Amino acid sequence: MTRETYINAALSLLLVLVPFWAWSTGQAYILTLCTKVAILALAGVGLNIALGLGGLVSFGHAAFFGIGGYAMGILASHAQTFDPIMDWPILIEGTKSMPMIWLVAMLASALAALLIGALSLRTSGVYFIMITLAFAQMLYYFTIGWPAYGGEDGLSIYVRNSFPGLNTLVPVQFLILSYVILGLALLFSARLARAPFGLALSAARQNADRVETVGIAPYRLRLVAFVISGAITGLAGALFADLNRFISPTMFSWHTSGEIMIFVILGGVGRLYGPVAGAALFILLEHLLGGVSDYWKIFLGALLLAVVLFARGGLIGTLAGREVAHG
Amino acid sequence: MTFLLFAEQMLNGLQFGIMLFLMAAGLTLVFGVMGLINLAHGSLYMIGAFAAAVVAGATGSFTLALIASLAAAAAAGALIELTVIRRLYKRDHLDQVLATFALILILSEGTRWVFGSFPLYLDVPSYLSGPVTLPGGIQYPLYRLFIIGAGLLLAVGLFALIARTRIGIQIRAGEADREMIAALGVDISRLYTLVFALGAALAGLAGALVGAIQSVQVGMGEPVLILAFVVIVIGGIGSIKGALVGALLVGMTDTMGGVLLPRVFALLMDPSAATTVGASLGSMLIYILMAVVLIMRPSGLYGST
Amino acid sequence: MAEPLLQTRGITKSFGALKASDAISLDLHPGEIHALIGPNGAGKSTLIKQIAGNMTPDSGTVHFLGQDVTALDTVARARLGLGRTFQISALAMDFTVLQNAVLGALGARGGVMRFFLPVMKDRALLARAHEALERVGLQDHAATRTAELSHGQRRQLEVAVALTLKPKAFLMDEPMAGLGAGGSKRLTGFLDGLRAEAPILLVEHDMDAVFALADRISVLVYGQVIATGTADEIRANPDVRRAYLGEEDAP
Repeated sequence: MTRETYINAALSLLLVLVPFWAWSTGQAYILTLCTKVAILALAGVGLNIALGLGGLVSFGHAAFFGIGGYAMGILASHAQTFDPIMDWPILIEGTKSMPMIWLVAMLASALAALLIGALSLRTSGVYFIMITLAFAQMLYYFTIGWPAYGGEDGLSIYVRNSFPGLNTLVPVQFLILSYVILGLALLFSARLARAPFGLALSAARQNADRVETVGIAPYRLRLVAFVISGAITGLAGALFADLNRFISPTMFSWHTSGEIMIFVILGGVGRLYGPVAGAALFILLEHLLGGVSDYWKIFLGALLLAVVLFARGGLIGTLAGREVAHG
Repeated sequence: MTFLLFAEQMLNGLQFGIMLFLMAAGLTLVFGVMGLINLAHGSLYMIGAFAAAVVAGATGSFTLALIASLAAAAAAGALIELTVIRRLYKRDHLDQVLATFALILILSEGTRWVFGSFPLYLDVPSYLSGPVTLPGGIQYPLYRLFIIGAGLLLAVGLFALIARTRIGIQIRAGEADREMIAALGVDISRLYTLVFALGAALAGLAGALVGAIQSVQVGMGEPVLILAFVVIVIGGIGSIKGALVGALLVGMTDTMGGVLLPRVFALLMDPSAATTVGASLGSMLIYILMAVVLIMRPSGLYGST
Repeated sequence: MAEPLLQTRGITKSFGALKASDAISLDLHPGEIHALIGPNGAGKSTLIKQIAGNMTPDSGTVHFLGQDVTALDTVARARLGLGRTFQISALAMDFTVLQNAVLGALGARGGVMRFFLPVMKDRALLARAHEALERVGLQDHAATRTAELSHGQRRQLEVAVALTLKPKAFLMDEPMAGLGAGGSKRLTGFLDGLRAEAPILLVEHDMDAVFALADRISVLVYGQVIATGTADEIRANPDVRRAYLGEEDAP
C-alpha cells in the first residue's frame, strides 16, 4: 500500500468519526457541516476528472453545479405547488423524489457539458479557460433574469425532497446518503483513472502528440471526460440545493467555479481524495477562522497562494510525496 | 425610440467601450509580453478607484485624485509583480489562474477590512459636471464626454508608445520572442515590471473615472474584469488594436443590447418582465458574441495562433 | 518492383511567399530504409508533418498502403499502421516506461472507451508492451518513471511505443538526435534489423548512420528533392556535393 492509500484511509476514518461524535453528542450543526463537506467534495471529484486527470482547466464548472441545483429547484417547486412544468406537447410534472431529481440533474448537466465541451474543446489554453467561464456567465445572467424561479433572489424549497425508506430531514440520514453518493463517486473515479480511458486521458494531458500517434483522438477523450465531469458536479449541485433548501444564481457565479477549483487544488489536483481533503480544509477554515474574523478569506487567499507557489501537490501531495496510488 | 435617446445610448456604449479598453489594454499587454493570465487586474481597478476617492475626499481636488489613482495602482501593480507575479511566468495557466484568484481574495477582503463594506463616494468635480449640447440637439453629460476624450487620448498615447518608443519596441519584440530579447541584453525583469505597472495604472485610472459615475466599493472590478477578458479574447490576445476593437464592440453590444432588447421583448410580454428578461439577455449577448467569434476565429479577431 | 507502401506525389506547401515544399514526390518500398537529408531549413519537418497528417498540403497527395490518405489526420493514419517517432521525444513523462508501452498497445488494439477494468492488468496489452520493450532492451526499466530515463533510453522508448502499433511503415524524425557514439551505433544496429518488418522513412543529420543504413537517400534543398539514389550515387552527385555535402558535416 502506498503512502497515499494510507492517507486516504485516514481521511475516510476522520470523515466517519467526526460525524459519529457529533451525532452521539447531539450536535446537528456539525452533522450539517460534514454533509456540506461531502457534497462540495463531490463537486470537486467531478471537476478533478476533467482537471486533474484530463488537464482541462475549466473555469466554468459552476455551470453544471447550477444546472443540477436548478433541476432540483424546478422539479421540486412544481411538485410542491402541484403545478405541472409543462402541459403540452407532453405532460411533465414536478417531483420531490431525490432519485428522480438526481437522474434529471445528471442528465441535464451531462447534456450541457456535451454542448459546452463540444464547442470549448476546439480551443485550448487561455481561450478554453475563458470560453468555459463565458458559458457559466451566460447561465448566471440567464437565471438572474428568470423571475419564475426567483431571479436574482433565488428560490426556497421549504420541504426537503424525499428518498425512499429515509427521513431526509434528519441530519444524520441525509449525511449518510451524501456520504454513500460521495463514496460511489470516488469508487467510480478510481476505476476510471485505472481503466484504459483513464490511461489515455492522462496521456493526452501529458502529451497530446503521443496519443495521436498511437491512434487515439484526444478530442473525443476530453469530451467524454468533460461530460462525465459535468454530470458528477451537477449531482453535487442538486444535493447542495437540497442541503440548503435554496437555489440561487450564485450557484453559477465564477466565484463558485473558483471555489470548486480551490477544493481540488488545496487537496491535491489529480489525487483521488484531493477534493475530499480540499473541501474539508475549506469548510474547516470557513468555520474556524470565520468565527474569529469576518475577513477569513484573506487567509484562504494566502493559503491558496502558498500552495500554488510552494506546495503544488496540495495537502495530499505534500503528505504523500511523489508516489501516485495508481499505475 | 427617439433619435436623441438612441444617440445618447450610442455615446454611453462608446464611453463604456473606452473604459473597457483601458482595462483590456493592460490585460492583453501582460498576456502578450509575459504570457500571464492575471485575474487580479480587476483588483487594481478597485485600488485606483479607492485611492482616488480617498485623495478627493482629503484634498477636494479631482486632478490630484486621478493622479493618485494612477500612482496607487501602478505602485500596487509593481509590488504584486515583484512579490508574486514574477514567480508565475514559468508556470502553467492553471497555476496563474489560481494564484491571481488568491490575490483577488486577499486584495478584496483586505480592502474591505480597511474601508468597510459600504461604498465610498467620489464626486464629479463641478467644472466637469452638467450637460453639454452636441450637434443634433443631443444633451450629454460633460463628464462622460471627458471620459471618452481622456480614453481616446490614452489610446493614442498607448499606440504611440508601442509603435514609436524604445520601450514599445522591447514590448513588441517581447511579444514575438521572449527568449530572444533576453539574449539581446534587454533587462527582462525591469521590462516586465514596467509593463505590469503600466497595465495596472491604466486599470486604476479607469476605476477612478468610472468611480465618479458609479460607486467605489469592494468587488467593483470583477464584472469589468470578466468583460475585459471577453474583450481580449474577441480581439485577440496580445493585440492592442484587437483590444480597442473588441472593447468598442463589447461596450456597444452591452449598452445597446441592454436598451434595445427590453423594448423588443416589450412587444411580446408585459413591461416589467420585458425589462428583466431583456436586461438579462443583454448581458448574455456578449458571451454569445465571444463564443461565436471563438468558434469562427479561434485566436480572436487580431490574434496570432 | 514491389508497390511502394508510402508515396507522396507533388506535395506543395507555401507559407506566404515561402515555398516550404515544392512538388515533392517520394516513395518508400517494402524492406527498405529511405533516408531524407538536407541542410537546416530545407523543409524536412514540414514534409514529415504532411506525411504524418499534422499539416495539409496545398496540393499533392499522400498515399499509404495504396490508399489516398491526404485528407486523413494523424490519428487515422496511425490506425492504418503508420508508426512515428519524434525528434524531441513525445512521451508521457509522468508515466512509467511500461505505461507508455501499454498506451501504445492500447491504441493499436482499440477499446479506449472502457471505464471499469484496470488497464495495467490487461494480459494482452501487457504482453504486447513487454514484447516491444524487450526488443529495444528496456525490459529491466519497465517500472521506471519516464522522466527519470536518460536521453538514449527515451529514444529507445519512442521506438518501443511505435513498435507496439506493429506498424506497416515507420516515419522517424532524427532518431539519433542527442545520442552519443555508443547510443547511435546501437540504434543503427537496431534499425538495420527493423527494416525487414516495416520500411523506414528516416530524416537524419547523422551522416554515419545515414550511409550505414540507407538503401536509398533523397536530398532536400529549399523544399525540393534535388536527388534520389543509393548512397554511392548521392555521394557522387555534383548537385548534392555543392548544396549539402560540400558544407561542414553533420553537427
